[in-house]
Amino acid sequence: MSISKTGTSRRTILKGGAILGGTALAAPHLFIRRAYAADYLNAPTGSTVTFGFNVPQTGPYADEGADELRAYQLAVEHLNGEGDGGMLNTMKPTALKGNGVLGKKVEFVTGDTQTKSDAARASAKRMIEKDGAVMITGGSSSGVAVAVQSLCQEMGVIFMAGLTHSNDTTGKDKRANGFRHFFDAYMSAAALAPVLKSEYGTDRKAYHLTADYTWGWTQEESIKAATENMGWETVATVRTPLGAGDFSQYITPVLNSGADVLILNHYGKDMVNSLTQAVQFGLRDKQVNGKQFEMVVPLYSELMAQGAGENVKGILGSANWDWKLQNAGTQAFVKSFGQKYGQPPSQAAQTCYVQALLYADAAERAGSFAPCAIVDAFQGSDSLDGIDSASNKGFVFDGMGNGQTLYRAADHQCFKPVLVVRGKESPKDKYDLLEVVDEVPAKDVWYEPDNPMFAGGELGECNNGV
Amino acid sequence: MDQILLQILNGLDKGGAYALIALGLTLIFGTLGVVNFAHGALFMLGAFCAVAVYQFLNLEQVTLDPDNLTPWGTPMEIRVPYIESWFGETGAAILNFAVPLSILVAIPVMLVIGITMERGLIKHFYRRPHAEQILVTFGLAIVIQEIIKVWFGANPIPIPAPALFSGSADIGAAFGFAENAISYPWWRLVYLAFSLAVIGAVFAFLQFTTFGMVVRAGMADRETVGLLGINIGKRFTIMFGIAAVVAGLAGVMYTPILPPDYHMGMDFLVLSFVVVVVGGMGSLGGAVAAGFLLGILQSFASMTEVKSIFPGIDQIIIYLVAVVILLVRPRGLMGRKGVMEG
Amino acid sequence: MMNFLDKDNLQSDIVLIVIFTIAILTMPIWLQPFGAAYPDLMQKFAIFGIFATGFNILFGLTGYLSFGHAAFLGVGSYTAVWSFKLLGMNPLPALVLAVIAAGIFALAIGYLSLRRTGIYFSILTLAFAQMSYNLAYSVLTPITNGETGLRVLRSDPRIFDGNGSETGPLVANLFGIEMTGLSGFYFCAVVLILVSWFAIMIFRSPFGLMLKAVKTNQNRMGYTGLNTRPYALAAFIISGMYAGLAGALMCITDPLAGAERMQWTASGEVVLMTILGGAGTLMGPMLGAGLIKYFENIFSSFNESTLESVFHFLPEGMREAAISVAGLFVGEGWHLTLGLMFMIVVIFLPGGIIEGLRRLAKAVFGRKRADDTPQRGGDTAPTGH
Repeated sequence: MSISKTGTSRRTILKGGAILGGTALAAPHLFIRRAYAADYLNAPTGSTVTFGFNVPQTGPYADEGADELRAYQLAVEHLNGEGDGGMLNTMKPTALKGNGVLGKKVEFVTGDTQTKSDAARASAKRMIEKDGAVMITGGSSSGVAVAVQSLCQEMGVIFMAGLTHSNDTTGKDKRANGFRHFFDAYMSAAALAPVLKSEYGTDRKAYHLTADYTWGWTQEESIKAATENMGWETVATVRTPLGAGDFSQYITPVLNSGADVLILNHYGKDMVNSLTQAVQFGLRDKQVNGKQFEMVVPLYSELMAQGAGENVKGILGSANWDWKLQNAGTQAFVKSFGQKYGQPPSQAAQTCYVQALLYADAAERAGSFAPCAIVDAFQGSDSLDGIDSASNKGFVFDGMGNGQTLYRAADHQCFKPVLVVRGKESPKDKYDLLEVVDEVPAKDVWYEPDNPMFAGGELGECNNGV
Repeated sequence: MDQILLQILNGLDKGGAYALIALGLTLIFGTLGVVNFAHGALFMLGAFCAVAVYQFLNLEQVTLDPDNLTPWGTPMEIRVPYIESWFGETGAAILNFAVPLSILVAIPVMLVIGITMERGLIKHFYRRPHAEQILVTFGLAIVIQEIIKVWFGANPIPIPAPALFSGSADIGAAFGFAENAISYPWWRLVYLAFSLAVIGAVFAFLQFTTFGMVVRAGMADRETVGLLGINIGKRFTIMFGIAAVVAGLAGVMYTPILPPDYHMGMDFLVLSFVVVVVGGMGSLGGAVAAGFLLGILQSFASMTEVKSIFPGIDQIIIYLVAVVILLVRPRGLMGRKGVMEG
Repeated sequence: MMNFLDKDNLQSDIVLIVIFTIAILTMPIWLQPFGAAYPDLMQKFAIFGIFATGFNILFGLTGYLSFGHAAFLGVGSYTAVWSFKLLGMNPLPALVLAVIAAGIFALAIGYLSLRRTGIYFSILTLAFAQMSYNLAYSVLTPITNGETGLRVLRSDPRIFDGNGSETGPLVANLFGIEMTGLSGFYFCAVVLILVSWFAIMIFRSPFGLMLKAVKTNQNRMGYTGLNTRPYALAAFIISGMYAGLAGALMCITDPLAGAERMQWTASGEVVLMTILGGAGTLMGPMLGAGLIKYFENIFSSFNESTLESVFHFLPEGMREAAISVAGLFVGEGWHLTLGLMFMIVVIFLPGGIIEGLRRLAKAVFGRKRADDTPQRGGDTAPTGH
């Protein structure tokens, strides 16, 4: 219960409780157990270990959360040696044996983030304080990820981020106890830029519509810098209120602005609506400056593509992963996911599944669930091929669907190839809406930890929670 | 100039939706004196009538293709909409007009939902405080919303407009502007025309039919009308049904503009209350006027030129207008004095 | 009701506050069987109890239904975090500053909004709160840190303790006691007990009586030549300060302030808490707050495997059916349960849960006066149509 690292303050808390009517001493074993238990918070004492899955179950991202939960359940099965093992068979290197983690059977508790920072922190706290979760993972937005990550840092458990795309998660808000497998806005821009250049040329005028909050801004900043670098001109950047619903008043000015590319820095429902409406206003069929008008959605997700339906056809964007990739890890994962649920997994599901397995593997390698031991296990001294940088150091793994991947020690961010995808012209079914245009290698989306877009934060010290 | 005209069009279009939703809300206020927090849910239910019709028409004949396997080893499914396999071209055309067709379904469905709601629940709350009306209808809205979520999921569902209305109309050319300077999507023009037609129909109904006359009399003085031996309660029930239909129709026709999801009612709820209050509680004309006014103001507030002077103005314009109107002219644009006050 | 200061009533108030104090301080024990005895949820019970109690001072006493109270909660939160950032991690200045800031904010909004009554008042408060929320989320990001939420950073000045605690965690610290976990709960609990006692005083005071008169018939009050607005404004400011206090406590137990706290749904939540428990009663709002927070945190956490163990006793086929039916109401379906609960309570228990308890007590103890809450005026009299 104490999140302090020193023993004294734990005593003072008990003392404080005693002064306040003596009830603290009468408090049930729940609170006291931890105070006298092992050297880290929620150390599992029995034959099981508890993971906490914190996903949106209500609100706009509920379906994405449901898919994340499916992936987590699959991961737990595979870790416990049930089912066909999925990526456990393709992961390299791996210390996992399919007998739980460190011989303990994996159990899990779930919580609803509601895609709100307060609710997400409350459910994470419940899983830590009441259910004894030793690790929290999940989430479907950057605000929630940053909020829960800093909570886990303060309380002393590991946080394995789910879908979060803001630069800040491993930039100025990075934390020692937090890890992100998903890619970020900078990587999206870096991966898209060369493809945009080869598809649309270097003489283009871009118009940005940007969701008016932190993620939107970092996305806009990243893609603006990348496109301007290759010679594009930015006509205007317009901020739109979150959840505007009808975007017509922001789209009509685009029509006669002289711009020939529209970049929609929107996510979720905003993206579905703004894209649907932009297509309705004829932007996809328009000719400007003698060129075909184009639209770009820097961050795609399968569920957004489903929501926008036909309107995504031909529109470029980036993704972390796609179930149609032809590598052993992807195939193994899609096979067991499809067999269990009758549908292919989304990229949110994949990142969550991988995060759960990576955590388990790190614990196995470290021989402990202690957060600081896990952080050490992720340090490593491997590096990715072909990148000449002092910060190219960390834990390297492969066979998890994304190719060779580095968990960089300096900021706990994964570096791996990024997909550039396009809305398919003639999809076979509702899961087949995006096609992979390019797999941009990690070296082309690489940045240094002190890049100005990421600078200003510190990992700090790992926290074991006692 | 053309930008301003375009923004006026945007505003009218938005205003059409606002006016339709607020119209039903203020009808319920005016006739029953009930604060209906489930009105947004009725709007959402209308939209999901279109979804249901669309999905029903798209019911697919599923045959398994043993030659092609999914990555997880089951045979691939070949899906053909029944309607297309049975009726061929005609079937495809019917599919194409799913949204206009849903109107025919939505009217009876929403009428039944509205009347059931009034008889089953709202009826018992006429004499209860507003706070309790709010709580019970809010609870109902959540329940409706969650049922829709269980059935249709939380993700937005795309519903295409008929192909006939897919392009844009070059309105400007007709008025001597340069080619394509003012072009506007056909479907949005249809929506505007549709909302005006529905508003007109409601007004005509209240103005020119005996039924409407009695209802208006009842809105003005319920007791006296009751003393005249007229069963005003029954008529009010039907008015609740009509209000539900109006909200539902607004939802049906809005689906090609805003892919519907289970939460869309809540997104419009606060806004529609603001529209009603700005227009004047219980005033039908006021609700319509306020709907269009707020739509247009919202469009103008989001112009870059305006935003550069007042940063963030487009975030708050609706509420700002509400505050100013309520402080300067407390009964709204057209409200009667004393309605719902005190 | 005129004998509100008689000895009998005073005694029963003291009894009430003693019972209440014991009940609050022993929460870690008696909440155990409900699975709610962990620090974060108990903190939330106390904090939202304060929020709802404050809201009740306005709504329960005067009948003014504010739909923008979350704005004061938000202002309190932001002020508290800024106090941490600039002054240091001691919760006391944060509390005081947050209450002052929320009070000033409430004065401004209340002064304007109270020019109107009924639903017009509700919409005015709603509009002010929504403007605050929208701006805090977007253009005011330099002050509020927008979507990510305002937090305390190591680089902050923290004039009074910035140098000493470089290594310690950045949590509120009351002279060496960290305001997290159980000690955080007890801090909130003590504040809750104090402000509840204060609320009882208000209910019993001539001022409280005046507010009830405002609720019952404002026009008649006007005829007597009395200007009721200053009274209503005072109630508005006090309840705004309660909200600010609750906001500050949220940051004291967890130093993060997000804009979502100011959204209209958050304002709606406190309305629901108050009506659910019983508006105008002393303990009702607190009960309502506890119940809603319990649903949000516990019902949402039930998943298939939890249900599996609950229905373990059933035979195979029935178990499947029971799990799939129950699954609709818990986990991702907890909103459905909440909605149904609102409807059922309002339909069958117009006075809220307190009303239900009173009826239950009446049934058990017969015709004897059997409510432990001396506040008999616990009805929700109409505010007029």
